[in-house]
Amino acid sequence: MSLLGEDIVTEDGEFVINIGPQHPSTHGVLHLKVWLDGETIKRIQPHLGYIHRSIEKMSESLSYRNFIYATSRMDYLSAHINNQACALCVEKGLQVEVPDRAKAIRILMAELTRLSSHQLWWGCTGLDLGAVTPFFYAFRERESIMAIMEETCGARLTQNYCVPGGVMYDIHPNFRSRVKDTLKQIRSKFTEYEEILTGNVIFEQRTKGVGYISAEDAISFGCTGPTARGSGVSCDIRKLYPYDGYEKLQFKEILEQGGDCYARYMVRMAEMKQSVFIIEQLIDNIPEGEFQAKTKMVLKLPKGEFYQRVETARGELGVYIVSDGAASPYRIKYRSPNFSNLSALEKMATGTKIGDLVAIMSTIDLVIPDVDR
Amino acid sequence: MKLILDISFSSFATGIHEWLVGAIHSEGLVKVIEMVIAGLALLVFLVPLCFFLGYMERKVAAFMQVRLGPNRVGPKGSLQIVADTVKLLFKEGLTPNASDKFLFNLAPVIVVVTSMLVMAPIAFAKNFQIWDISIGVLYVSSISSIAVIGILMAGWSSNNKYSLLGAMRSGAQIVSYELSVGLSLISIVILAGSLRMSDIVMSQENGWWIFKGHIPVLISFVIFLIASTAEINRAPFDLAEAEQELTAGFHTEYSGMKFAMFLLAEYINLFVVSAIAATLFLGGWMPFHIGHWHTFNFVMDYIPSSIWFLGKTFAIIFIIMQFRWTFPRLRVDQLLTLEWKYLLPISMVNVILVTVMAIMGWHF
Repeated sequence: MSLLGEDIVTEDGEFVINIGPQHPSTHGVLHLKVWLDGETIKRIQPHLGYIHRSIEKMSESLSYRNFIYATSRMDYLSAHINNQACALCVEKGLQVEVPDRAKAIRILMAELTRLSSHQLWWGCTGLDLGAVTPFFYAFRERESIMAIMEETCGARLTQNYCVPGGVMYDIHPNFRSRVKDTLKQIRSKFTEYEEILTGNVIFEQRTKGVGYISAEDAISFGCTGPTARGSGVSCDIRKLYPYDGYEKLQFKEILEQGGDCYARYMVRMAEMKQSVFIIEQLIDNIPEGEFQAKTKMVLKLPKGEFYQRVETARGELGVYIVSDGAASPYRIKYRSPNFSNLSALEKMATGTKIGDLVAIMSTIDLVIPDVDR
Repeated sequence: MKLILDISFSSFATGIHEWLVGAIHSEGLVKVIEMVIAGLALLVFLVPLCFFLGYMERKVAAFMQVRLGPNRVGPKGSLQIVADTVKLLFKEGLTPNASDKFLFNLAPVIVVVTSMLVMAPIAFAKNFQIWDISIGVLYVSSISSIAVIGILMAGWSSNNKYSLLGAMRSGAQIVSYELSVGLSLISIVILAGSLRMSDIVMSQENGWWIFKGHIPVLISFVIFLIASTAEINRAPFDLAEAEQELTAGFHTEYSGMKFAMFLLAEYINLFVVSAIAATLFLGGWMPFHIGHWHTFNFVMDYIPSSIWFLGKTFAIIFIIMQFRWTFPRLRVDQLLTLEWKYLLPISMVNVILVTVMAIMGWHF
């Protein structure tokens, strides 16, 4: 009989620990039950539901204008892109033609969101691996993006900028110059990012060959976004099913064949540069015109089913609306990227060490409110 | 000025000793009283030192992380750490119900006491040393390894799974890195021909070992820095308290003053390790001398020896602090691989090189 009691050690001599719901590296209220043999992970079981707010059910009693705002609270780091997905889905149902200016603004904001999300992820990855300094570097640049967000729509995180038919307001007169300044700043800092983390020997050792998932497994678990692209699965919705005018822009879909943490890391690092590239193409070419299409006061979708997918910073977000012709949706279902990506965690982490689990979780880039909704 | 400072330490101590002998007439009692005085003096020195190190760590971190660091309490935020200590003092020191209460409360004491004991043979300035024991280096390496018992005790008695994992990691880590630390210390012992700290310092009168000892000593200095960073559980080797993996590792359950004692021990250890590196490789309190350049050496002698010692020590502390804010943490198996597959073989070969060098008299 040990001091720690026998109940926590299984019959096979495995040590069971609960990582979370309050834990520094789960980035929220994720609860992982982990079976350990020494430091080696034998089994992982994610326990969900700690932050379930029933956003889908709630949306059934909200109007088509209002339900969009609840989605800002799903993947709060890609709030704008979530809003965009819902707005696109409603527009599909209403068959509204969105003005070009609104489309351009939406893409600009979406790419700024992606950039800020990836920067936060980069800082957190460093932090999870024990390097504290990258976190501050990342937040320095992210702050200027947040300032742009605040100036454009009044909010830093939950923008609520998209409405069915366009965006809520026109962009601020300073928008263009501020975005340009920010891009200049960010471009000059990419080398700094690579110097402090990417090229570090310890970092390479911690991530290369860790948390491997094959392309087949990534597909069968439904992984999307950088998590799947790190395994060489082409799944960028912006390329495959373009929306809001992505088809007119030039950018690359980043694919890495490694399938490990390092590959996922490199995908996101390259995606940041692609986002900068996209913004640079658009920022001087925002079309003149309306920022919002004329829509009715009360929106009513025709009877039927509507689906729209977009590429958030973490993968494919699907919005599925079933309408019975009333002023609020009959049923809404979100296909959230984090839920599917989390399901691959056990496959990636079994057989690795506790330290690797942290690295894997941070390269999947989990946002827990998106898992639970 | 320099003469007064350097002589005053020893004449002050001799004065106290003679006065005590005259007043008490008992050898044994005088020794006990002198030990108490030395201990109290050490405590009085250590507390401000740890405050300063805490402040320095925050400022170094802030400097590296493009932010300001503490700047509200006291001038330039220098009293922030005092405020934090006062807060910790008044916090309730919780002891978990299911823990082994005796061991739980004993562990932080062991950790702090061992780190303080290591201070004894360190020469802070010329003639200013608490105990010039003839086996100085051996004493340092043997006493400092007792700290692992305190850490294991803390992890085991907390009755917490994270604490246990942290303690086990720490045990494996400290026991393995002790070897490399010991071997790199030995290389200087071979060159100096003595284990006594004062002899080692005096052997560097015409140049520090890091300059006199060619590349082998440089290698053992680097190995000493890496291995001792691991031995005092500092990042990138802070696996025992890996915050992102084990919340706080072996001291997860500690709070209040008991937690502060672990923190105190961490900073004392940081100072001790840097002081030993400064003494063995950089000449301790010995001013920077070059061979037979008498004028140059004479000018250097005008800087007080305590300034030399503290300057070298804090330079090394600064380097170790920069490690912490630059590198990611190693994984537990990589940590052991680094020691057993790289550092240990290298330092073994290095010891042979140093021995050959010492026998042939190839060093300067």
